[in-house]
Amino acid sequence: MYGIGIAKGLIVTLKNLFRTPSTVQYPEERVEQHSRFRGQEFSWYEERCTGCASCAKYCPLGIIEIVTDPSKQAMADGDKYAIEKFDIDIGRCMYCGLCVEACPYDALFMGSGFERARYTRSELFIPMEELKNATKRPSTWFRPQLEDKGYDPQSGQPLGWKEVGRHEAPDYEAMRRRWADR
Amino acid sequence: MSPTVLETNALYQNIYSLISWVLPDSLSGIAGYVAGLAIVLFVANIVLVITPLFIWFERRILGRFQQRLGPNRWGPFGLLQPIADAIKLIIKEDIIPRGADRPVFNAAPVILFMPVMLMIAVIPFGTQFYLVDLNVGVLYIIAVGTLETIGIFMAGWASGNRYALMGAVRSVAMLVSYEVPLVMSLAAVLLWTGSMSLVDIVDKQPVPLILLQPLGFFVFITATIAEMNRAPFDLIEAESEIVAGYHTEYSGMKFGVFQLAEFASVVVGAGFITAIFLKGAAGWAFLPSPVWFSLKWLAVIFCIIWIRATLPRVRVDQVMAFAWKFLLPLSAINLIAIAVEIVLWPSPGSTELWIIGLANFAIAGIAIFALATALGHRNFSAREPQRPIRNIVSEKVI
Repeated sequence: MYGIGIAKGLIVTLKNLFRTPSTVQYPEERVEQHSRFRGQEFSWYEERCTGCASCAKYCPLGIIEIVTDPSKQAMADGDKYAIEKFDIDIGRCMYCGLCVEACPYDALFMGSGFERARYTRSELFIPMEELKNATKRPSTWFRPQLEDKGYDPQSGQPLGWKEVGRHEAPDYEAMRRRWADR
Repeated sequence: MSPTVLETNALYQNIYSLISWVLPDSLSGIAGYVAGLAIVLFVANIVLVITPLFIWFERRILGRFQQRLGPNRWGPFGLLQPIADAIKLIIKEDIIPRGADRPVFNAAPVILFMPVMLMIAVIPFGTQFYLVDLNVGVLYIIAVGTLETIGIFMAGWASGNRYALMGAVRSVAMLVSYEVPLVMSLAAVLLWTGSMSLVDIVDKQPVPLILLQPLGFFVFITATIAEMNRAPFDLIEAESEIVAGYHTEYSGMKFGVFQLAEFASVVVGAGFITAIFLKGAAGWAFLPSPVWFSLKWLAVIFCIIWIRATLPRVRVDQVMAFAWKFLLPLSAINLIAIAVEIVLWPSPGSTELWIIGLANFAIAGIAIFALATALGHRNFSAREPQRPIRNIVSEKVI
């Protein structure tokens, strides 16, 4: 009333003028993601994968294709299936992360990137070779062992297959601390 | 423009003497014309250089008002962004709609841009730094500035598009409404200075006139913002109502010229506000006078951008009501008050100036308060609370 509202509005905009802009200038800067961010590139460790295809069975969209072959090794030497095919079609992926939850051997992780946009749908297909050779910065989503280490996929080093697993079962006290006492 | 009008100008005389020294004697007759053309080129380039700078400034400042950065990619601080925009517009296809009136459609951008270039002629950028000192300067501004609306109306009419015509009609309606308070607030200034020449107006202000005629300044800046079709009065190109208003059908560099004219008119309008109400190029001696003018100019431009960043667009009926019900009485009150004061104190000393200034601030406050109250302003916070809903459950039925 009597222009007081206008004056108040002018003060509000003037305050905004002296604030730091919230723009993130993308190619130079990136928005900081949470370490549990479910990114586009999956991190898959061939060494840990047994080819059980739990992930493929749990995928609601059926976009993981796995073909395995019994290896000729003796069971005592650590026999596992030889994996011939492990392809993910992220063009239809909804990033629910059920495949990661399903994996019993901690071989599959959500990725941490968000820059795998492509011009055609066919390029969104991630073949096994790419998964094998990719730099692996797994997301800590559904992987408490990574989060216990304080691993941050955005800034941390790429992890090898020996560093990502639950090597030993947590003791009772640790379990209680994590799940009961918080 | 004949060279004789320019002969009072020091800048012109310098260029003239330089050219007559360079030219051989047989050609000395054309020296005046060459000097005149040179200075016209100079002033025209002031418009063409300052306007892109202003566009850049506005986009950066507006970005910061909205917590963005604004254009910062091309050139240092994004300074070359207007050039990039111009190149983009030049490359674009120039579409003329089938229903358009082709000659008028093509002429409209030029006719819109021309008055802005003409208006910059009378702005005193500094002491002895102006193109021409017309003795009817203020009248010239009003007359030439009004021509812009003809360009807008031609564009809207020739487009063969209802939205464009609607925007153009709005422009004319706004011109008719806002010209009246604008001229009346200027009349108060002319009463004070007793001259229509902008150089004289700047010289005859004892203090910046904003301190002596706050009401006149308020009316003038509001009406100027409305005349140059800026937010919050930019409803001739209201995107949410009529697609882009009068330049809906324009593309390519014609659209670019429209934009350029629009921003240039802001630059020129801010220059007039600086000259008329802020005492133009006057300032302390440690800086040259064009620098003082530029600083004040920048302040006015900043305020205009600030207003744009703050206020939402008003409705058509609100625009008309604001001009006729609010600004017109205010400017009349201002005119009467100034006239009375001039009769009372024909040659004011510093004490009288204090009295006049304080009285005018008081008049401004009272007038705005009284007018806002009289115009049906309701105090919503003091409204009596609604009656509670009857509790029919607990009432006895019979």
